[in-house]
Amino acid sequence: MRTATDQKERLLQGNQACAEGALASGARFFAGYPITPSTEIAEYLARQLPKVGGKFIQMEDEIASIAAVIGASVTGSKSMTATSGPGFSLMQEHIGYAYMAEVPCVIVDVQRGGPSTGLPTKVAQSDTMQVRWGTHGDYYAIALAPSSVEECFDLTIRAFNLSEKYRTPVIVLMDEVVGHMREKVSLPNPNEIKIINRMKPTVPPEWYQHFEINPHFVSPMAGFGEGYRFNVTGLTHDPFGFPTVRPEEIREKLDKLKNKITHNVNDIIEIKEEFMEDADVAIFAYGIVARAARQAIRMARDKRIKAGLIQPLTIWPFPDLYMEHISEQLDLIIVAELNQGQLIGEVMRVVRGKTRVRGLFRYDSELITPDQIFDKIREEK
Amino acid sequence: MPKVTHHYLRTKKKFPNVWCAGCGIGIVMGAIIRAIDKLKLSRDEVVMVSGIGCSSRMPVYVDFNTLHTTHGRPLAFATGVKLAKPSLKVIVITGDGDALAIGGNHFIHACRRNIDLTCILINNQTYGMTGGQFSPSTPFMKLGTTAPYGNRERAFDISKLAIASGAPFVARGTAYHVVQLEKLIEQAALKKGFSLVEVISHCPTLYGRLNKEGDAVEMLKWQRGHAIPISAAGKVPPEKLRGKFLTGVLWDIEFPEYCEEYDKVIAEAQRRD
Repeated sequence: MRTATDQKERLLQGNQACAEGALASGARFFAGYPITPSTEIAEYLARQLPKVGGKFIQMEDEIASIAAVIGASVTGSKSMTATSGPGFSLMQEHIGYAYMAEVPCVIVDVQRGGPSTGLPTKVAQSDTMQVRWGTHGDYYAIALAPSSVEECFDLTIRAFNLSEKYRTPVIVLMDEVVGHMREKVSLPNPNEIKIINRMKPTVPPEWYQHFEINPHFVSPMAGFGEGYRFNVTGLTHDPFGFPTVRPEEIREKLDKLKNKITHNVNDIIEIKEEFMEDADVAIFAYGIVARAARQAIRMARDKRIKAGLIQPLTIWPFPDLYMEHISEQLDLIIVAELNQGQLIGEVMRVVRGKTRVRGLFRYDSELITPDQIFDKIREEK
Repeated sequence: MPKVTHHYLRTKKKFPNVWCAGCGIGIVMGAIIRAIDKLKLSRDEVVMVSGIGCSSRMPVYVDFNTLHTTHGRPLAFATGVKLAKPSLKVIVITGDGDALAIGGNHFIHACRRNIDLTCILINNQTYGMTGGQFSPSTPFMKLGTTAPYGNRERAFDISKLAIASGAPFVARGTAYHVVQLEKLIEQAALKKGFSLVEVISHCPTLYGRLNKEGDAVEMLKWQRGHAIPISAAGKVPPEKLRGKFLTGVLWDIEFPEYCEEYDKVIAEAQRRD
């Protein structure tokens, strides 16, 4: 929580806070298609973006929306779209394009119940795996998950920063309740917000390689119209951006996509802990479920149960090392999620049977309550 | 003439090209380059966006800002490029399968939205890159590798579709009438708003062979024999128009362009703020 001195307090909806975060991070292009429960982000930006000279466009579908976002980003504009499950599914091919062509952009997925049209107005966390594995091919995803209106603001800024820094799409994974609830937030002064912009080339155009292989795995990125005439393609390409079928160039490209994420997990991964210092039981929960878990661990502490909360703000890349390390002090990890069990598989993979892992799943469109989590702790303890 | 062309090609990196001997796409590329040269556009301000298919390989070879996108979606990508940076001259290269089948929705909406893009649609009546399947512009009863007993679907009249969808500038040319094509592209590029140039081309390797239409020369001759300039259409008796197609500027009206309208949105939003 920020202190009251650092800024203006406002009553905002999660979706609005996300849009405010985008504006604060310098986003100047939004393309989207109406879909519940994310539409307020589009509505808010349709009103606000032109005020700062930015561009808003409503496209004919979600496929076109993310395409326009990528097109805008290639000219140098910080760009985003927002959607929910069905639209997010439609975007998958182009999200893959953005990974391959290394185009920074932010995609907000305000989750609702699925599969298919599912429950447009009801909460779920059933896209957890889709944000990691939704498009075809090998790639490494970054996804951030807010649990409060303030985190919607902060993590959208962080999403743009990571996206620009690593030249990759970043997904902000919200849910219907986080998107629609209203809370008092204190937004920081613009000059207190850390903004990262993509690295620009410093070499003359004739030396420029749009997909340069370097020790940082991230290539400086020129924009269209800046005097560097490069090729961008979704075909597997060489460092100049020209299609290749050479095995060594293919491997180098895919390694680059992997390494720029895996070599920077410490920078990308952010976890919130509560009462974890002496905990022997941990609730592992993200998004709105973490809010209920926070209450549940207080109820448990009242009963002298040493419970703590692990709330991953970054859900992808998954915090493997952190979980491996923390599980050594734990007898029990309860993974609470609004689906039939998605992240629990990741926890079990990392913990490798050394700690008991139990799931608490709800997928009937209702929230997991603090009582349910507390009961689960007592039942399993 | 060749000197002009070479100035705009990525000669060091990307040749030979993927197109078959006798293909019409190279002819269209030459016409585009000469039109751009005539318009004195700098290579830095030109963006060429394409989808997937034989024609969509063009951006790799030309020395502009080039964006080779996904199947059917170049108009959607181009919309983002143009709106984010209206100072760029955005040319979209697409084919009949790319623009009309998988990209049909984006095509009609780009026409309707009227954003300043120059769309060159090379219509060879087939999916060349995947091996000669029938496309939305394959004529009724012609053969494709997925229509071995004759195509039972009707072909789109692409230009009419564009006009009906709201495109303010629509022209049709052929790979044979290359001088006319160059002028049509030039006019399209000068048009403020969405402009379409449909280019009737040919695929001698797949479509031509399957349908026994002869070699590239024969197919070019067919274009010569079946194109009726729109200026002459009134003088030709209707029975002689059957099976032929009109060429030239088919439609040219004025309508507010999207980026210019959006500038007004910005002004209005800032005035109210």
